[in-house]
Amino acid sequence: MTLKNTWWKILGAILLVYVSIMGLAGEVPRQPILNETIRNVYFHVPMWFSMMTLMTISVWRSIQYLRTGDIIRDQQAIAFASTAFYLGILGFITGAIWGKFTWGSALPADPKLIAVEVGLLIYAAYFILRGSFEDEQKKARLSAVYNIFAFAAFMPLVWILPRVTDSLHPGNGGNPAFGKYDMDNQMRMVFYPAVIGWVLVGIWVASLKARIIKLEYNKLNQ
Amino acid sequence: MREILALLQKDITLEWRNKYAFNGMILYLVSTVFICFLSFRIKANSLSPVVWNTLFWIIILFTAINAMAKSFAQENQNRQAYYFTLASPEAIIISKLIYNFILMLFLAVVGFGIYLAFLQNPVQDMPMYILSVVLGALGFSGTLTLISGIASKAENTTSIMALLSFPIIIPMLLMLMRLSKNAMDGLAFSVSQDEILTLLGLDAIVLALSFILFPFLWRS
Repeated sequence: MTLKNTWWKILGAILLVYVSIMGLAGEVPRQPILNETIRNVYFHVPMWFSMMTLMTISVWRSIQYLRTGDIIRDQQAIAFASTAFYLGILGFITGAIWGKFTWGSALPADPKLIAVEVGLLIYAAYFILRGSFEDEQKKARLSAVYNIFAFAAFMPLVWILPRVTDSLHPGNGGNPAFGKYDMDNQMRMVFYPAVIGWVLVGIWVASLKARIIKLEYNKLNQ
Repeated sequence: MREILALLQKDITLEWRNKYAFNGMILYLVSTVFICFLSFRIKANSLSPVVWNTLFWIIILFTAINAMAKSFAQENQNRQAYYFTLASPEAIIISKLIYNFILMLFLAVVGFGIYLAFLQNPVQDMPMYILSVVLGALGFSGTLTLISGIASKAENTTSIMALLSFPIIIPMLLMLMRLSKNAMDGLAFSVSQDEILTLLGLDAIVLALSFILFPFLWRS
C-alpha cells in the first residue's frame, strides 16, 4: 500500500466529500422550473459518465482476455460491467426523481432513457449468459464475445439516436454539448470535480470487486 | 473463396432436404399474420399507420429470431468438430452470414407479401419500404448469426437466444421503424437519408464484428 498506488483513491474520496458539501450547500443559480433541483446535475450526470467509463474499461478487459486468455482479465471485465450496471440503475433513479419534479413525469419517452434502458437490458443479459455456463474458460470466452458485440451495438444508440431525435435533455435535438447546460462558473467548480470523483470511485469499487471475484475463484479451485 | 461456396452449397442443400423446417417458418409467418388479422378484426383502414408498421417489424423480428436460432444448433457437436478440421472459421462465418442473409431476405419479402395481402397496403413509397426491408434483413441476419453462435453453446439455447438478441437489436429496430414510417408517409428521399446511412453503418459494424469475433467462438 504505497502512496503511488493509492493517491487516486484518496483524490476520489476527497473530491466526493467536497462535492457532497458544495453540492448540497453551495450557491446555485435560480432557474425557473429547475429551482433547487439543479443540484442533481452534480449527482445524476456524473453517474452516466462513470457508467460509460466503466463499460469501456470492461470491454477493453474483454478484448484483452480474448487476446491473452488470462482469466484475471475476464474477472475484471465482469467486475467493471456489474459496477457499471449499478451506476446505471443509480443514474436511472436520480434521473426519474429529477424528471418527476421538472418534466412532470418520471419516465417520459426520451431517447436517452431508451438508451439507458437498453444498456441495462444488455448487461442483464450478459450476467444471465455468464450464469448459464459451467466451464470457466468457455464462460469467459463466450461472454467476452458478447460483451464486445453488445458494446458495439450499444454505442451508436447512445451517440447517434439522441442527435437525430428530439430529447427533453438539455443540449439535444442538435449536439449534446456541455455549454448548453444552464451552469455558471461556480457550478462548474463543483460539476467537473464531481465527474472526476465519481469516475475514480467507480473504478475503485470495480477493482475491489475484481479482487473479491479473484479470491473466490482461487478458493474454489484450490 | 471456393471454401465459402462449398459451405454455402452445403447449407442450402441441407435446407432443401429438410424442407419441413423451411415450410415451418413460412407457416409461422402466415399464422402470426393471421392471428394479427383476426385479433384486430380489420375493417378497411382501421389500423393506424404507426400500429401497422410496428406490427410488421415485430412479426419480422420474431420470425428472424426463430429462423436464425437453429443456424448453428441444427448440426450436432461432432459434425461441427468435423467442420472445424476442414474449414477456416472465416470461411464458415462468411458462408453462414450469406446463407442467413438470403434466408432472412426471402422470409422478410414473403412475410411482407402475406402482410400486405391480409392487412391492406397503406405504403405510399414502395421502393423505399422494400429498401428498409432489405436493410432490415441484412442487419437482423448479421446480428443474429453471431448471437446464435453464442447461444448454441449454452444449455437452454432458445431462451438465451431471445434474451441476448432483443437488447442488441433495439437500436436497429428503432431506425428501421423510422425509415419505414417515412416510406409509408411517402416522404422525400432526402428526409430518410440520415436513417439509411445510420442503418448502413450499423449493418457494417455488426458484420465486421461478426467476422472478427467468430474465430474466438469457434475455438471453444
